[in-house]
Amino acid sequence: MVIDDLTEIADKERAARKRYTIRCCMAAGCMSSNSKGVKEALEDAVNQAGLQQMVEVRGVGCMKLCCQGPLVQIDSATAGATFALESNEVGPLYQKVTPEDANSLVSTLKGGQTPVQRGDPRHPFFSAQLSIVLANSGFIDPERIESYITAEGYQALHDVLRELTPKDLIERIIKSGLRGRGGAGYPTGLKWATVGKAASQQKYVICNADEGDPGAFMDRSVLESDPHSVLEGMAIAAYAVGANQGFIYVRAEYPLAIARLHAAIKQAKKYGLLGSGIFESPFNFNIDLRIGAGAFVCGEETALMASVEGKRGTPRPRPPFPAESGLYNSPTLINNVETFANVAPIVRKGAEWFAGIGTEKSKGTKVFALAGKITNTGLIEVPMGTALRKIVEEMGGGAPDGGKIKAVQTGGPSGGCIPAEELDTPVDYDSLTKLGSIMGSGGMIVMDETTKMVDVARFFMEFCMDESCGKCVPCRAGTAQMHQLLNKILAGNATTRDLQKLEELCYMVKNTSLCGLGQTAPNPVLSTLRFFRKEYTDLLMPDAFGPRPNAVNGTGHAAAGRNLAPTEGVPSSGK
Amino acid sequence: MAAKTLTIDGKQISADECATILEAAADAGITIPTLCHLEGVYDVGACRLCLVEVTGISKLLPACTTKVAEGMEIRTDTERLIRYRRMTLELLLAERNHVCAVCVANGHCELQTLAFNQGVDHVRYEYCFPKWEVDNSHALFGMDHNRCLLCTRCVRVCWHIEGAGTKNVSGRGAKARIISDLNQPWGTSDTCTKCGKCVMACPTGALFYKGSTNSEMERDRDKLEFIVTAREKKQWIA
Amino acid sequence: MIATLFNAKHDRLPKILEHASGDKRFKILEAHMKKHQFRQDALIEVLHKAQELFGYLEDDLLLFIACKLKLPASRVYGVATFYHFFTLKPNGRHTCVVCLGTACYVKGAAKILAAVEERTKVKAGETTPDNELSLLTARCIGACGIAPAVVYDGTVTPRQTPETALDHLKGWIGHGD
Ligand SMILES: Cc1cc2nc3c(=O)[nH]c(=O)nc-3n(C[C@H](O)[C@H](O)[C@H](O)COP(=O)(O)O)c2cc1C
Ligand code: SF4
Ligand code: FES
Ligand code: FES
Repeated sequence: MVIDDLTEIADKERAARKRYTIRCCMAAGCMSSNSKGVKEALEDAVNQAGLQQMVEVRGVGCMKLCCQGPLVQIDSATAGATFALESNEVGPLYQKVTPEDANSLVSTLKGGQTPVQRGDPRHPFFSAQLSIVLANSGFIDPERIESYITAEGYQALHDVLRELTPKDLIERIIKSGLRGRGGAGYPTGLKWATVGKAASQQKYVICNADEGDPGAFMDRSVLESDPHSVLEGMAIAAYAVGANQGFIYVRAEYPLAIARLHAAIKQAKKYGLLGSGIFESPFNFNIDLRIGAGAFVCGEETALMASVEGKRGTPRPRPPFPAESGLYNSPTLINNVETFANVAPIVRKGAEWFAGIGTEKSKGTKVFALAGKITNTGLIEVPMGTALRKIVEEMGGGAPDGGKIKAVQTGGPSGGCIPAEELDTPVDYDSLTKLGSIMGSGGMIVMDETTKMVDVARFFMEFCMDESCGKCVPCRAGTAQMHQLLNKILAGNATTRDLQKLEELCYMVKNTSLCGLGQTAPNPVLSTLRFFRKEYTDLLMPDAFGPRPNAVNGTGHAAAGRNLAPTEGVPSSGK
Repeated sequence: MAAKTLTIDGKQISADECATILEAAADAGITIPTLCHLEGVYDVGACRLCLVEVTGISKLLPACTTKVAEGMEIRTDTERLIRYRRMTLELLLAERNHVCAVCVANGHCELQTLAFNQGVDHVRYEYCFPKWEVDNSHALFGMDHNRCLLCTRCVRVCWHIEGAGTKNVSGRGAKARIISDLNQPWGTSDTCTKCGKCVMACPTGALFYKGSTNSEMERDRDKLEFIVTAREKKQWIA
Repeated sequence: MIATLFNAKHDRLPKILEHASGDKRFKILEAHMKKHQFRQDALIEVLHKAQELFGYLEDDLLLFIACKLKLPASRVYGVATFYHFFTLKPNGRHTCVVCLGTACYVKGAAKILAAVEERTKVKAGETTPDNELSLLTARCIGACGIAPAVVYDGTVTPRQTPETALDHLKGWIGHGD
């Protein structure tokens, strides 16, 4: 494969483009509402109307407004244009389409009418988005590599192999300011540089697609909608750090993503875009899939590597960091799906372009999975620094049925709840951390007035307790005790002292646990305590004897809990 | 090998560059409490009792797995560390059923000793009172899961020194437990060589020699060191 | 270290191997292991395949895998029980998985679960006595956009309520009463 072959494939695709493209969402959300049936019915309808020459029915990835699925959109093309990426080409959007609607939808192409509910593609939900990672999502056919190549796919890999040394490439990623999208926000370029510097014959690149955070489905959508962008990002990263083998660790709960990745890897190999001598250079790179088996802790990088090695997914202390000694004790680069998906666009459009988007310390865009008590649920990609209010009120359309938003949860079980008063906060790594939450991988759950915050805290604590690997004491036994205390509070059997005990345990588990799971497990409790303390104290039993003396037998350690909170500072990130 | 100079609790010391903080401290006569650590097998950093503070690093570091570095300033005895150690021990005591009065290891138990030394005179957390069984199927040894701390020392000696791999951990979180082979009664294990190293390694009364009763269970820990030295250094020092 | 495994005091392994030689599924499983060159680090892949073939992982099956990959049985058991995806007990004829991820939870998944538990008289994680239905829960299936979601026999179904869920289960339960 050389660059001319890429161009040829793209040209052929463009030439084959028909006058109309009916895009039908074939991502997991819409598939669960029978979008497959819709697509088949549309194909039949096109055939029946004798429009095969004029109309292509294309299965595409997530079209973002998942709550209104199955979604169908009809574009008319200006001859020769690449894709309907330019908004003036994007046609009407149809929502909640059923197979029975197919005939009337196709009839609109000949001036007919359809009763199907129309969506508004100019609603802020769409217009306020800025797509980098999701640029192809909803437009290209994720099951055909040709479709990706037509959208400039694998150009970046070619250019990198031809024109850049690994050093220059890393320099470019550093300059772009890209930070990891998996939670902690570590600068991606620096991570690459560390792995690149490690002296070893054998290095690995791992894509973390475990996405265990309940309430998040961004990585899933990227994998289902544009799998090649992740493969290309991984290949570029492998060239930068000098690795020849990659792994994608996907959770077993995502069968469609797994199937699409399998297909994508096969196609890329067929075209010589993975394998040996890529683009006739000396660079070799292969990717294998590893399927997770239902353990949240396996998103933690050392646990993930243990799992890839076929072991129990228990984390180990760092250092040594994976960049020095990771998978099979070799230097290993591990990045999140979305991080990798940002790489090819940065290479194509330049570090300056990317660094021009977002805020001073958080560059680029972030994909969020907007869900919970909100009118428009789905996928959104916005520039870093967008105000939360804009996301939930303008784009998300606020709480449904006139409800009132109470809080927004980000970062899942490692994050916290941001109260409605703080909705003007810009979403970037540092602002969210300051509020005791974290950016996390991008789950954003909106809660309304009916949601009880102590119950939410217990929900997350139960999650962490179930998902604790059981290796270290503070997390294994501490989450169980905290869960027990939360139960006691919710049952109305707790006193002020129980609340103190809970708070003290939170800081202890946070500071002493081995891995990020335990270290962040108390965050939901701490953040709800910070903003919704009254909900806790309202549940406490009145102290019949007034505040009891804390010290027992004068040993002093019970007393320590009293003046604990101020000295320990606010929760910080550390996923 | 190059030496590193560092301070522990204000004391200037020098240590081998591949030493852990725990080893360096021990050489300098400073004791750091440990539980999952066992001479001769690899460390896992799981019990978190040996956490220390290092100036300039915001996270607490386990002494057993952290290597020394030049100029490190380490503290092992701050108020916070002492408080956390107590809490860790309290959590352990509340987690399963540690009733010293009826325990074979009473008086020879590391958990008991640690709790005593750290001044844990009562447990503020609610006891979980789980119902774990006692496996008495083995001809020579017994296992009482009620007293297990999941320190995995037995698993590690079985794997690392004996090389049999009879013991491992099943499940996860609070439901984790030590198993023999396919989670079968120990006595029916096809792989157990009856070497007894796991019993020697156990810090509490969870693993015991059959026939030992209340407070009788003393450990022959020197044996373990003897075997490790013999196997690794080819030196037989009885 | 593995040699001792073959001194099977209880003759368990030879029996399993003999039994396996007559079962096509074991052949497929072995072929799968061969594809991975019987590498020990392929254990999780092999367990996935085994569960796909047999529906669940019973002890004999685990012992077979341990023997073929030359791994300690305790290690295989430890791995199989660490991951929630693997089940050591057979499931009922039908499965109903209620998603308890955050998005589904705030939209009332707990109420759905409670209703189903009440109707089927089994708790989450259990199977009805007549073996018709296994009631399971999941920690987010990534279908938050269409919450609350329930998976009936592998089919993700959007926007459920206690009523729709009970409706769905009607045909599967209650033959006994
Ligand atoms: C308990 C736990 C769960 C995690 N889950 C995920 C996950 O599902 N996906 C992910 O990309 N990172 C996850 N992480 C973060 C990873 O450990 C790691 O930081 C990340 O993959 C690095 O990639 P990045 O630099 O591109 O963000 C998790 C961390 C912890 C402690
Ligand atoms: S913090 Fe929790 S998940 Fe992490 S190692 Fe400790 S027990 Fe395991
Ligand atoms: S899954 Fe179809 S719009 Fe998201
Ligand atoms: S001795 Fe270091 S963590 Fe247990």
